[in-house]
Amino acid sequence: MRKGQHRFVAGFLFVPVALYLIFVIWPYIQTFGYSLTDWKGQSQTFKFVGLDNYKALFDDDVFMQAIWHNILFLIFIPAITILLALFFAFMLNAGGRSRAGGVSGVAGSSFYKIVYFFPQVLSLAIVAVLFNAVYRSDGGGLLNGVLIKLGLVDAQNPMEWLNEPKLVLWMLMIAVVWHGVGFYLVLFSAAMQSIPKDIYEAALIDGAGRNQSFFRITLPLLWESVQTAWVYLGIVAMDMFVLVSSMTQNMGAYGGGPDHKSDVMSTVMMRNFQYFGKSGYACAMGVVMLLLTLVLSVVMLRATRRDRVEF
Amino acid sequence: MGSTSAENDKGSVGRRDLIKRSAALGLITVPTMSFLSACASGGGDDDSGNDTPKGKTTKDNPFGAEKGSKLDVVIFKGGYGDNYAKVWEADFQKKLGITSSHTGTQEITGKLQPRFNAGTPPDIVDDSGAQQIKVDVLNKNGQLLDLAEVLDAPSVDDPSKKVRDTLIPGTLDPGTFEGKVVALNYIYTVWGLWYSGKLFKEKGWEEPKTWDDFLAICTDAKKQGIGGLAHQGKYPYYINVAIMDLIAKTGGLDAMKAIDNLDPKAFVGSDAAQAGVEAIYEVVEKGLLMPGTNGLTHTESQTRWNQYKAVFITSGSWLENEQLKTTPADFDMKFLPMPLLPDSKLPFEAIRAGAGEPFIIPNKAKNLAGAKEFMRRMLSKEWSTQFAKEANSLTILKDGVDSGVQLRPGTQSTVEASKAAGDNTFRYLYVDWYSEMGAAIEAASNELMAKRIQPKEWLKRAQAAVDKQAKDPASKKNHRD
Repeated sequence: MRKGQHRFVAGFLFVPVALYLIFVIWPYIQTFGYSLTDWKGQSQTFKFVGLDNYKALFDDDVFMQAIWHNILFLIFIPAITILLALFFAFMLNAGGRSRAGGVSGVAGSSFYKIVYFFPQVLSLAIVAVLFNAVYRSDGGGLLNGVLIKLGLVDAQNPMEWLNEPKLVLWMLMIAVVWHGVGFYLVLFSAAMQSIPKDIYEAALIDGAGRNQSFFRITLPLLWESVQTAWVYLGIVAMDMFVLVSSMTQNMGAYGGGPDHKSDVMSTVMMRNFQYFGKSGYACAMGVVMLLLTLVLSVVMLRATRRDRVEF
Repeated sequence: MGSTSAENDKGSVGRRDLIKRSAALGLITVPTMSFLSACASGGGDDDSGNDTPKGKTTKDNPFGAEKGSKLDVVIFKGGYGDNYAKVWEADFQKKLGITSSHTGTQEITGKLQPRFNAGTPPDIVDDSGAQQIKVDVLNKNGQLLDLAEVLDAPSVDDPSKKVRDTLIPGTLDPGTFEGKVVALNYIYTVWGLWYSGKLFKEKGWEEPKTWDDFLAICTDAKKQGIGGLAHQGKYPYYINVAIMDLIAKTGGLDAMKAIDNLDPKAFVGSDAAQAGVEAIYEVVEKGLLMPGTNGLTHTESQTRWNQYKAVFITSGSWLENEQLKTTPADFDMKFLPMPLLPDSKLPFEAIRAGAGEPFIIPNKAKNLAGAKEFMRRMLSKEWSTQFAKEANSLTILKDGVDSGVQLRPGTQSTVEASKAAGDNTFRYLYVDWYSEMGAAIEAASNELMAKRIQPKEWLKRAQAAVDKQAKDPASKKNHRD
């Protein structure tokens, strides 16, 4: 390297790292510090209480239940979203009847692509408003309205979609999947388009059907995109704050109802942080969330690791 | 001793090494030290900060608010809007020459929590709404000014009287913590049921005074395809108003205080509590709720009620202003005290009444004198009348509205109801004192309304919430007599 270049490179390395340290790592350290105190959130006076907050966490049924809800989301949101996105992407790119010998998507696939992607341009807050209207608990809701017209639901006793302990998590999941599928569809489409057509054509000549070409060719060659999608969706599943806090029954504040059946870690944390004024305790929850997210990301990356296929 | 260059000396630490090492050590220790010290004391250097601008004190200006100084006002822009405050601020500037920066917002916590933490709060805050910073939390952190000085100052309208003596009795209670008034709950609010005078006239119903009459109207309405009781299901706060009011009216003030004072028999073992919650459950069981009301937000259910889809709804007196745009012109909104169960200790006229919308002065405010004077003027007849005009509601000032002002029907009916109630008012304080307990009871009520638990289970869960709060070492205990 020429003289002066070192400094130039170092400058580029140093500034982002410093920013990262100050604005990301430092708050984490602070949060950890606060989690050892009885900080109440509205001033800088507090006492050191050691690990009391962490001990209390394990006796907190609400938080423990919230962890389970996150885990449930973690299992289903990525799985459903990726399966649907893969299916749609495959249909759009390679699912069509082979016309003129080539490999193509179903008829009108470029139009579908735009339609599918559309939910992704909406912010989660708007998705919440939309689905609140869909799930509305009286005859004015889209779902209830349709079901009442069809005679499947009693107008005097409409379904309270978000107020049913057994349904609420699934209702939230539908909204998230609806929001996410389009994006991953486009991601997978892009990856599929980079798969050389000759491979498919060769498979076609060998007599492979749709299923075989999907499982033998598309999926293995897409594996890295799927893996990326899995990690991103895992992070979505660990969060879920916006939808839960703006769609579900209030447990004081930040949703979580009915009876904490939809509470996730982030809503319990915020409720403790701001509404109950137990900010030190909430910081302990934040630390636990960070650890869980880290562990899960590592586990997921490891579990889905495979040899890379070159083409 | 010896060389200062690292190359020559193998045994001792050279200057360069020393500098390197100490720099490395510094990198670690500086943040750690400041972090540790933040943990240890924090904010201790704020004590000297009270160099509040102070002018001469006069009769008209007892705190010496200084002309030309600035006031930082933050107003919750909710059901009452924030126009009233702009009118006040204009008047304040005209009369005292104090200009103000006005912030009208719904995000009280988001905007103010960082400022409180940094020790640079505004001068006066209307700390309300869904995102209010809980007053109990602020007080626990020692952020609030003791308002005694304002309350003991001479009243603007009659300097021979203290401000304190011009207020409706009991209205200072909700802002009182350990005997100190730290929040001025400015708006006189009544809670209970509401109905449409027009609908009642059409159907030939009379104001129900007993629970049986109430159920009879609901049943009659049901037959005609109208829901009986509506509530704002997504916020179980509202149905708790109905449940708790029934308990207080049945068992008297003692039943209410037992709950506020975290009595071990507040719910389980209290006949009044049992009767109250069973009465509400009867409405659920007989299918007299407005269909779907359990899952609706406050605006959704209130709007449905405005469309005559339900006869009654529970709410406080902000309802009329909140629903201004959706209420039909001839709706004739009317307030109704909670109807009575048999053998009630309080009369039908008794209402939950008191003050809401807490105004606070942070004790680290930059312009304390100006803030105090502003608050003193809020309790003048002139500003109180302005408020009634702009926000369609009453203030805690006794006869605080000029007789010339025409009130809307709902507000007018609350004036009559509070006259009829006289001293028979009550007010729960646990809602302000113990947020966590309140939230737990709300969760239980939601289960009750959805028929997932029975009254017995509700009592158990409510009692568990009380016991948990009583045992929580972190929460300050309050007591009322």
